[in-house]
Amino acid sequence: MAHVPGMIQSVERSSAVLRLLAAGPDRLRVKEIADALGLPKSTAHSILRTLEHIGFAEQDPRTARYRLGRGLLELGRGGLDVNELRSRALDWADALASRTVESVRIGVLDGAAVKVVHHVFRPDDTTQTMEIGLVVPAHATSLGKVLLAYDAPAADAVVRGGLDPYTRKTLTHRRDLTAALAEIRRQGWGYAVEEWEPGRAGIAAPTRGIGGLVVGAIGIYGPVERVCDSRLRPRAALVEQVRATAESISRDLSGRP
Amino acid sequence: MILAIDQGTTSTRCILFDRRATVVAVARAEHPQSYPRPGWVEHDAARIWRDTQKLIKRVMASAGIGPAQVAAIGIANQRETVVVWDRKTGVPVAPAIVWQDTRTSELVSALDADFVRERTGLPPATYFSAPKVRWLLDHTPGLRERAEKGEVLFGTMDSWLIWNLTGGKHHLTDVTNASRTMLMDLTTLRWDASLVDVCTIPHAMLPEIRSSSEVYGAADSVLPGVPIAAAMGDQQAALFGQTCFAPGDVKCTYGTGGFLLMNTGATPVRSTHGLLTTVGYRIGNEPVAYALEGSIAIAGSLVQWVRDGLGLIGTASEIETLAGTVADNGGCYIVPAFSGLFAPHWRSEARGVIVGLTSYITKGHLARAVLEATGWQTREVVDAMNADSGLALTALNVDGGMTSDNLLMQIVADVLDVPVVRPMVAETVSLGAAYAAGLAVGYWSDLQDLRNNRHRAGRWLSAMDAGRRAAEYQRWRRAVDCAVLFSS
Repeated sequence: MAHVPGMIQSVERSSAVLRLLAAGPDRLRVKEIADALGLPKSTAHSILRTLEHIGFAEQDPRTARYRLGRGLLELGRGGLDVNELRSRALDWADALASRTVESVRIGVLDGAAVKVVHHVFRPDDTTQTMEIGLVVPAHATSLGKVLLAYDAPAADAVVRGGLDPYTRKTLTHRRDLTAALAEIRRQGWGYAVEEWEPGRAGIAAPTRGIGGLVVGAIGIYGPVERVCDSRLRPRAALVEQVRATAESISRDLSGRP
Repeated sequence: MILAIDQGTTSTRCILFDRRATVVAVARAEHPQSYPRPGWVEHDAARIWRDTQKLIKRVMASAGIGPAQVAAIGIANQRETVVVWDRKTGVPVAPAIVWQDTRTSELVSALDADFVRERTGLPPATYFSAPKVRWLLDHTPGLRERAEKGEVLFGTMDSWLIWNLTGGKHHLTDVTNASRTMLMDLTTLRWDASLVDVCTIPHAMLPEIRSSSEVYGAADSVLPGVPIAAAMGDQQAALFGQTCFAPGDVKCTYGTGGFLLMNTGATPVRSTHGLLTTVGYRIGNEPVAYALEGSIAIAGSLVQWVRDGLGLIGTASEIETLAGTVADNGGCYIVPAFSGLFAPHWRSEARGVIVGLTSYITKGHLARAVLEATGWQTREVVDAMNADSGLALTALNVDGGMTSDNLLMQIVADVLDVPVVRPMVAETVSLGAAYAAGLAVGYWSDLQDLRNNRHRAGRWLSAMDAGRRAAEYQRWRRAVDCAVLFSS
């Protein structure tokens, strides 16, 4: 294959492999792909394994032949099923609730709002209601702001839809929200103190899948006096727990060691 | 800290717990399953012991602690699997015969079912240890003579690990594991001489039956001096880890199948609804807590079938996404009687059916019916438990991989009409072993101390109205009838 300087060769080659898999109705062997593209078999194999890891190629376990993966069907849908996200994050979320003694939620963007896809109760045996499926405003919650920080089109849509005030601390001006999102990107985590419900605060961090794509946010949510210090800043120890948990989940999701 | 060893069917895990029952460190290794002939399933017991030693070292290193910081060791294990080994060399005389192995079906059919059930609480089945030991004695040249001379020992995985951990000093088993051998008298908690003789097993090879929670001895080379203070079958350990200490408390572990155990208190409840009577646990010299057990053969494995057999989903979690595309089952029911129907029906000839198909049904409805099948099977076992014990379930304590399926948990709450509760520590099997060991050495003071560690991570309440529940249950039962009818 001719290679144009300034372009990344492995991306070109991977695209060629995908075109080959898409072209024929039959599944292909590694050797057939290597021969078709004039690549060493080991190179073709590495590309196929990477594509399989991403979900863009699938190998039939019986014949060892490759075809396009179902990940391509879901290109526009973030790449990770929310129930898969919950299942992979479950133990980490339990541990976070246990260590911080606060309730834990995992959220994903749902239009211009955040859908709660996992909820672990605060471990104090008070009566609590399962909030899985609950939709909360994106611009007024820590989960939502973290998700918006890494999704510019969604952030634009939220602003266009109008930044409704829930409390007097809700960010209702575009430039305030933009600044808050930039800060989240800078520090890698976000918070919201009484921006949605009076007396309640949250700390959240992004969970990333393969290639660094943000597939959700995990955070704790509880009374301001427990989540924040006397200056209404999130407590550093809690921030560290949330960040470490998000990082562990991200490692797991992306298949990094 | 307390070290729990969970020696399971596919893997061995070592977990360190602190006083608040939080997981400090985990090490895990899978071991190969060997299927030398149809129906045979074997493990390499020597490999499992080597794995265990490595995992103990690894978990200690990852927590950065030494033996002095471990207050006790507790063991939970795959139940019924049989190891026979040389008392002098410690070498297994044959591969371990795993509980799923069905090579003994002929031996089992020759047993007097009523007698066995009356003595042991178990219906004769290939699962249990006794026929497997008998098979080894019958098929290994010279083994019976050596067993009679006391040269070889029999044990379930708990015995095997304890014997090795103590450098060959202690040959014993706990009462929950003994209750699954089909050799123990459920009321005297001793080996039943007549059953041992019927199975022609030399007494000299049997381990001593001890409590689930007491100091058996000290570890030898790995973790020298640390007391080994608990052993329990894995399902009983989950019951203990879920703190099901009161009569009527029930836990259900959802994995490939489902295992329900109900604590029935100090007297064994004989089932008239196809459940097993078994020992729940015994702490020191206190009276035994008995349990009723019912299992669902196909739960998570039905989801795996939808993934691998039908290719409708890419990962098991996506069953919930697919089921979430519809509001109800559309009149479709799936009875996953892949290898017959288990408790409470016990119809081995039944085969799976999908009923209620119309052109309206989509894969979403099928996915919904898959999850509901687990819900209704749970309901049937719970109904049998309530009827046998005269107790009424007030909440179902759940654990296992499928508890991450939020829709399934909601469905279970809906069909049972009781709250479904998921505890904060998902590793209930290991936690149960740790609790029993910690109690024996005073790391925790009493059962109340253990209950205080228990926190709810999630709780699902029934949201289905009574009329719809009754109608759906009736249709499920009709579907079950179809599964029986089809193959008879």
